[in-house]
Order: sequence, then structure tokens, then C-alpha cells
Amino acid sequence: MSAPGTARPFPEAAREALRDSQLRRNVGKATTTIRAKRAAAVAELPDWEALRAAGSAIKARTMATLPEQLERLEASVARAGGTVHWARDGAEANAIVAGIAKANGADEVIKVKSLATDEIDLNDALEREGIHAIETDLAELINQLAGDWSSHILVPAIHRNRAEIRRLFERTIAQGRELSDEPEALTEAARVHLREKFLSVPVAVSGANFGVAETGTIAVFESEGNGRMCITLPRVLVTVMGIEKVVPEWRDIEVFAQLLPRSSTAERMNPYTSFWTGVRPGDGPEEFHLVLLDNGRTDVLSDEVGRQALHCIRCSACLNVCPVYSRTGGQAYGSIYPGPIGAILTPQLRGLDQAPTLPWASSLCGACYEACPVRIDIPTVLVHLRGRVVREVEGKGRGEKAVMQAVARVFGSRRRYETAQKLARLGRGPLGVLGGGAPGVGAWAQARDLPEIPAQSFREWWAARERGESERGDGRGGSGDGPQAAAGSDLGRAT
Amino acid sequence: MTAARDTVMRRIRDALGPAPEGPDAVPREYRQADGPVDFDPVERFAEVVADYDATVHRVAAADLEDALGRCCRERGATRIAVPPGLPWRVAGVETVADDPPLGARDLDAIDGVLTGCAVAIAQTGTIVLDGAGTSGRRALTLVPDLHLCVVRTDQVLPAVPDAVAAVAPAVREGRPITFVSGPSATADIELNRVQGVHGPRTLDVFLVEG
Repeated sequence: MSAPGTARPFPEAAREALRDSQLRRNVGKATTTIRAKRAAAVAELPDWEALRAAGSAIKARTMATLPEQLERLEASVARAGGTVHWARDGAEANAIVAGIAKANGADEVIKVKSLATDEIDLNDALEREGIHAIETDLAELINQLAGDWSSHILVPAIHRNRAEIRRLFERTIAQGRELSDEPEALTEAARVHLREKFLSVPVAVSGANFGVAETGTIAVFESEGNGRMCITLPRVLVTVMGIEKVVPEWRDIEVFAQLLPRSSTAERMNPYTSFWTGVRPGDGPEEFHLVLLDNGRTDVLSDEVGRQALHCIRCSACLNVCPVYSRTGGQAYGSIYPGPIGAILTPQLRGLDQAPTLPWASSLCGACYEACPVRIDIPTVLVHLRGRVVREVEGKGRGEKAVMQAVARVFGSRRRYETAQKLARLGRGPLGVLGGGAPGVGAWAQARDLPEIPAQSFREWWAARERGESERGDGRGGSGDGPQAAAGSDLGRAT
Repeated sequence: MTAARDTVMRRIRDALGPAPEGPDAVPREYRQADGPVDFDPVERFAEVVADYDATVHRVAAADLEDALGRCCRERGATRIAVPPGLPWRVAGVETVADDPPLGARDLDAIDGVLTGCAVAIAQTGTIVLDGAGTSGRRALTLVPDLHLCVVRTDQVLPAVPDAVAAVAPAVREGRPITFVSGPSATADIELNRVQGVHGPRTLDVFLVEG
């Protein structure tokens, strides 16, 4: 169900995913469908670009004033009768949720799809405390029953087709009954199974799309109504919210309520959006707890280039336009945050050494940046993180860094460069080593061709010409192409 | 508890440094509340709601109660819940007022619910409920399988910013706000939109002129 703690390298996981032709068909079909629908939904709003600009600025401003916004949110929620908890990491958040469930004598909680709680493996943590968490979102239910973890932010069971889901339901929630392949019949089976839970389980856990600092209002955008069930019917509601989900003003909702549905499900509006503020006597839960979660977010915030990953509103538009994601699917990313946004968020949240291959899971085509409703410059962050991985992770005691440093030294001086050219002809020195594939630079050299080192450089040819010698130089294995070939490889001649 | 709060706050301040950069103001060049639109809100609302597979009934105020009764008969609903003080009666149908509040299991057993709304949004086909008056409690419009919703044409606002501004006072009072855009749906199985998972599977909107 949950994502593995430390992922396999992306290239390895991606190769395996690419061999699964069913998966490739499912993901390819889904991403193509959503891509076209989204383009139409966005084209309908003449002020789309202005909304993106506003969304981007609201997020940037929020991050710059984050302490103030969180203090305001905390005060507003408390004023409205809610209780605010703080969690430095996933374990702390899980303990808080488990504590609340136990205090209410619950051995079951109902859950509405939430990436934050997936990120911290809340379900497993609750299970260890003897509390069973029931996923109520249809796709999450499918994944939970199948023991899978999510492959798409928005359509988490995108990798399963209807026949697979029917067999799964007949084995589990609809045991002994024969279902049809029709999505309607499968949905009905889930409705019947979950209705009793909604009516009886006393504690619910949700995530949050936004938390409004000004008013203490929490927002959840959804389609099925399971979110409304969870936040309305149980006696106790616990919401786990990443600290980056705060927005300053109620008015900011007018921007995100337009950007999010069109970017994610390509709808003018998703069927249900709920906004609640603390506890409302006679309407909904009697107890409301808000758990504000760090779990690596402050590490992301400390990187001035990378911090914009925290602006993400989890719409998944970048997944659907990504040429890499649409072939590998989400599970290859080894994280509940797949696709382009996952490639910049996961390494920063978990630490670069935990996911060092993800910043390379991209062709840098820029489609993600163009699709992002809050204009996160994902390509720039990817390149920035690649640099950080080389400097901070791979650079440590690896051949590549030593060789690159030697090459930089060579390129730094004409005398050293010319000496290196001569050595390279003998297959030695830094340039010879690069061309020949030095230990530690194997992968680097495999993907790049160094021009063949000519028998004579342009400068050598020129000097010889001035001295009145022949074009063929000293005749030691010359290519015969003369000065053109020599000049072409004379990379450092702008001295 | 406070230790966690202090640590997180300290980490944020350390991460941001002494002078965090951010835009001084949010550019709001998009169409804001009360801005101009190039469509007729009522016509657009009716079209977009119908696009969601909800049924739109356009009726004159004088015909509303008959239309409600006809719809209930067609849907096979003989007993429906209503928020206390709802101004409309339904011809030939038993209405059960939510006063004292109906339990969730009572609502599960009832045929449907009839409410009004706070405002509606034309561009997105959204009904906005504000947890008071004719909108009723949240559970009322959630548990029953049929929702009949009366929207007066003067409640239809052009776009999202208009509605967000209109319900701001209710939000500041701590009232819950629910946006309903069509019946409950999912596209989780092979991206086929299937109506009705957990919320009302049938939504009938009565757009009343005047």
C-alpha cells in the first residue's frame, strides 16, 4: 500500500515498468485522455495566464511569510474550536493521530485520500497500534485491497483496468457475488461496502488542499463524496496538513478554486468542494484536530531554487504531459509523488542521497512548466538538483569529480591544455582518460563522445606552417584532414 | 507538543534567512468579483449544470411546487427531508423537517432532500451551500441519494470570484461552505465518469425565474 522508504534507482525501476505492456497501455491511454481534456478546460478561461500568475505569487508570498501565516492559521483554528498539533516528522504525526483515535476508543478510522498521510505511512503506523484505516476513495480502496501503492496523484489506480478491479472486488469486498466489468457495477459494490462504515466509524482522517490563515478554514476538493462523508459524519475529524498548504486569505481561494479542477481532472469544477472552519455546533464533527506537518518541508524551504516545489497544489497536470511519466507510470518513481513534481520534491523531502537518480528522470522538455497552474519552473529545479547531486552526493570520493576537476584545471591554462593534447594522443592525461573511459566516469563517457584527438592541433599546424614545414606535420599517424579536423577539435582555442 | 512547534518554527526561520524574498503584492489581473463577463449567467448556469448530468428544470415561481411534486413522483420519492423553515411545499409528498436534527441513519433511509442554496456559479455550474437557512446542515444534502435544489435566477453569479466574495461573511462566521457541481462522480476506473459514488447520485436543479 505505502511507498517503499528508500526507492530503487529510477533507471532500474523504469526499465522494469517499461516491460509491463498492460501498464504502459493503461497509463498511455489515461494520460492522453486527460491531456486533451485539460487543454480544452483551460482554453475556456480567457484569464488563465493571469490566474496562474496570481497563484504563483500567492504561493511565493506565503513561503516568504510562512511563520506569520502558520501563526495566523493556528490562532484562527483555535478560535473556531479546533485543536492544532505540530509534527516535526511523520512518526510524530502518526503518533498524534493514533493518540486521538485511541482516546476515542476507535479501532477503525475512515480516511479520505491524502498524499500527506501516504507520505508518512499513516495506515501502517495505525495498524501497528491496532487501528485499521479504511481508505474510502475508490482508487485508494482498490490499491489498499490489492496491496498496491499509488501510481498517479489523482487517479491512483490508473495502472489497473476494469477486469483486474472486478476480480479484486470479487475476492474481497464483494465476496461470493458475481460482478460485471461495468464501472457502474464496480462503483456500486464500493458504495455498498463503504456506506456502513461512513454511518458508524467515529473517527475520520483527511488531508487538506488549502488551509486559510485568515479564517482557519480548511478546504478539501474531491469527486466522489467520500470526502464529505468523512469530514461531516464522524464525531471526530483529524486533518493532516503539510505546512506549505497554508494560504493567507479567504479571497485566495477564488484563484485556486479555478486553477485546481481544470488542471487536475480537466473539469470546470470538481463535484464537491468542502470548506470548514473549526467546529460548528450541530453540523459535523464535535472535535476537530489539525496536525501541521514538517517532515522535510523545511529542508526544501532552505534551498532557494528548490523551494518552489512547495508551491505544488497536487493537480498532477505535470504527470500527464510528461513524456517520461506517460511511459513508465508512477511506480517507477519510488515515491507517492511521481512524475516531474516528484522528481524535484522527493529528493528534497527525503534527502538527495535517498533519491539521487530522480532529477535525471526527465528529458527537460519543459512541458511540465508550461502545464503547471502555479508556474513551478520544474526544469530549472531539475538542473539545479542535478548539480547538487553531483556536488553533494556523487562528488564524494567518486572518480567523476576527480576527473572533472583535472579537466577544469587543464582548460584553465593554455600551456596545460596544449600539454594535455599531446598526452591525449598517447591515450594519457585527463583528456585521454575521458575519451578512453576512466574508472568512475564510465556512465558519463558512455553517453558522450569526445571528438577524436587529431594528430596535430590547429596551433601546431599553424606554427609548423610559419616555420615552413609540411601540412602533414611530423607524419606520425596524421588523419590527412589537415587543419579543418584539427581546428574542429581545438576546444580551447579562444585564448 | 510546544517543542515540536518551536522546532518547526525555528527550522522555517533558519530556512528562510533574515530577509526572505517574495513578491510584495499579488498581481490580480484576472477577472475579479463584479468584473465584466461576455455571457448571460443564467443561461450559462443552466447549460453547464446540464453538462454534469444533472437535470435542470426551468420553472416560473408560481409553478415551482407542482414541478417539485412531479419530479419526486418521477424519481419515486415519497418522503423527503427539508431544512427547517424551508418556504416551499411539495405537492403530494411527505416532507420531514430537519428539526430536531435527523440522524445519519434516518437520512440514509429517506428518499431524498429538498434545499435551496446560498448562491450559484454560472461559469462552473456550481451550487454553493452555506450551512444555514435554505442550504441546511451538511449531512442533509449528503446522505440521501436524491437532491432537489432550488436556485433563484437572482442567486446566479457569473464566476468563482463572485461566489467566494458572496460567502465571505458566512466563512468568517465559521459556517461550513460546500460547492456542489453536479452529482457525485468518479473516473477512477479507466477514466470513465461514473455517476454517484457516495453523495447523491441524482441531482435535480430547479431554476426559478424572478
